[in-house]
Amino acid sequence: MGQRVPHVTGYLTEHFADDAFGTLAGYRARGGYETARRVVTGMSPAEVIETVKASGLQGRGGAGFSTGLKWSFMPAETDRPKYLVCNADESEPGSFKDRILLERGPHQLIEGILIAAFATGAEKTFAYVRGEYAFPADCLERAVAEAREAGLLGERIFGTDFRHDIVVVRGAGAYICGEETGLLESLEGKKGQPRKKPPFPAQFGAFGMPTTVNNVETFCHVPHILARGPDWFRSIGTEKSPGHTLFGVSGHVVRPGLYELPLGTRLDEIIFEHAGGVPDGKKVKGVIPGGMSMPILPAGQLDVPMANEYLRERKTMLGTGGIIVMNEDTCMVRVACVVTYFFRDESCGQCTQCREGTGWMNRIVERIERGGGESEDLAVLLDVAGKMEGATICAFADAAAWPVQGLLRHFREDFEAHVRERKCPFPASFEL
Amino acid sequence: MVISEAVRERIEAAKARFPQPRGALLAALHLVQEELGHIPPEAEREVADLFGLRPVEVHEVVSFYNMFHSESGGRHRVYVCTNLPCSLRGARTLLRHLESHLGIRCGQTTPDGRITLGHEECLGACAYAPMMRVDRTYHEDLDPERAVRILDELE
Ligand SMILES: Cc1cc2nc3c(=O)[nH]c(=O)nc-3n(C[C@H](O)[C@H](O)[C@H](O)COP(=O)(O)O)c2cc1C
Ligand code: SF4
Ligand code: FES
Repeated sequence: MGQRVPHVTGYLTEHFADDAFGTLAGYRARGGYETARRVVTGMSPAEVIETVKASGLQGRGGAGFSTGLKWSFMPAETDRPKYLVCNADESEPGSFKDRILLERGPHQLIEGILIAAFATGAEKTFAYVRGEYAFPADCLERAVAEAREAGLLGERIFGTDFRHDIVVVRGAGAYICGEETGLLESLEGKKGQPRKKPPFPAQFGAFGMPTTVNNVETFCHVPHILARGPDWFRSIGTEKSPGHTLFGVSGHVVRPGLYELPLGTRLDEIIFEHAGGVPDGKKVKGVIPGGMSMPILPAGQLDVPMANEYLRERKTMLGTGGIIVMNEDTCMVRVACVVTYFFRDESCGQCTQCREGTGWMNRIVERIERGGGESEDLAVLLDVAGKMEGATICAFADAAAWPVQGLLRHFREDFEAHVRERKCPFPASFEL
Repeated sequence: MVISEAVRERIEAAKARFPQPRGALLAALHLVQEELGHIPPEAEREVADLFGLRPVEVHEVVSFYNMFHSESGGRHRVYVCTNLPCSLRGARTLLRHLESHLGIRCGQTTPDGRITLGHEECLGACAYAPMMRVDRTYHEDLDPERAVRILDELE
């Protein structure tokens, strides 16, 4: 526990094997907090925002929105307190990168938060860590205490007027609290039910104040961009999707784990060269490329560069970079059972289409898996999924519809075979 | 009173960290549950008093979040992750094995009150599957034998 280090490292994770890197002294020994010092003592907030904009950094929480642009939405002149939220709710099945960033590099995250706070004028950051991440939250809390002790948080940071503090908040088990406005509700001590937008968080966020929400990994890129410049960052990855990212590889591979690689690295390269391919000489059947909400790709489409501009052409997305690999024995109806159960369980229930749709999809695929499906069921599934898209308060309903649509797009035959044979024809598949 | 003075003090301290005291409600419920093992209706009423809320408002929050328990359980709560990446690597086989070893079904508590067994959605350990959470601690890269040994060592 807590000793998880990526198999391939880069600028984000190169020191993660060194336990000392998690401490203030060890982080400083590697030059830590020098970039924040230079930024706070030598740059204007507008210059920082311009630099991050110019780098092309896109949020790593799933939606891929421009980070610099998001920061620029924070009102510059206001008497109201402004806040940042660090989204460490990480609950997207297949994703575990934020956890490792918290456990192995908490000071890198704090440095990124400091720079973001300086740029946006935020006086406080709420770091919302999912409740199950007790150990990662402890690691962050310890680092925050060290930073506060050393004057890196609090008043007059680096001898300037800049002040900032970080409050570590623990969630209590609800996937929907990762959605940024569900998170804000939870932060305020309420049920984590997403808010209608507008107003957006930059106007009306945490406790009604202007707020910027960013993912853990997004913050972690920031010190490197400010240290080495936007041109350096843009020289990595693709033209439209610059920088490294952390790919989490799980499922049927020889070396599951975390891989820090440039955006645009090909999916088949990640699976076969880095993660060692499928064990026992088996073939791949399908791969979910970006966490469970993202549509699956069949074995014939793994030659895709892992960046949204390419993945979109194949009707899927990078999401959180969680790559789930399934071997040739896998029953895709069972996959649909697991996926729809999850979304049914985690729907917050505010919108009828989502609450009813997730339950409906789950009941249908479970019936098909048990051999009781009818041929009309597939049309009903697609109809329900289609009605959930774009019709609700938050994107959860879309995230629940997409994987089902993807499974039917590429593996319709698996569903039809169940209906035809009135049983599951994949006896060697993973157990349900 | 079911909530101790010590926990009340910690709840007051937690309130001071937020722009509005209610921000500390989740923290308060975590503290109460740590002390009592679960959050009974009396505790909800006392928490409601501490936050100037109605008991039903506290109850809504308790029931919204998976980690808060209204019912008492075993001394240890054990959860096997059964989401897709873990299931692909044998999580459900592991869960069945633990059920038969403990002689209970998922969702039940051993008769000696030692362990409540459950399953959970993705816990962020997908590459280290199968895995289980025992109270605050993750146990990863499990096989059934090692998982059983871990459970057998629980008090
Ligand atoms: C259902 C749902 C769940 C989400 N879960 C997370 C999450 O666990 N972590 C996260 O950073 N973003 C999550 N997001 C995205 C956030 O709403 C938000 O876009 C993100 O935190 C912004 O940070 P970024 O711009 O740095 O990516 C989720 C979105 C949806 C719709
Ligand atoms: S789409 Fe689903 S999760 Fe999102 S607000 Fe509506 S009911 Fe809740
Ligand atoms: S699926 Fe089990 S930890 Fe992610």
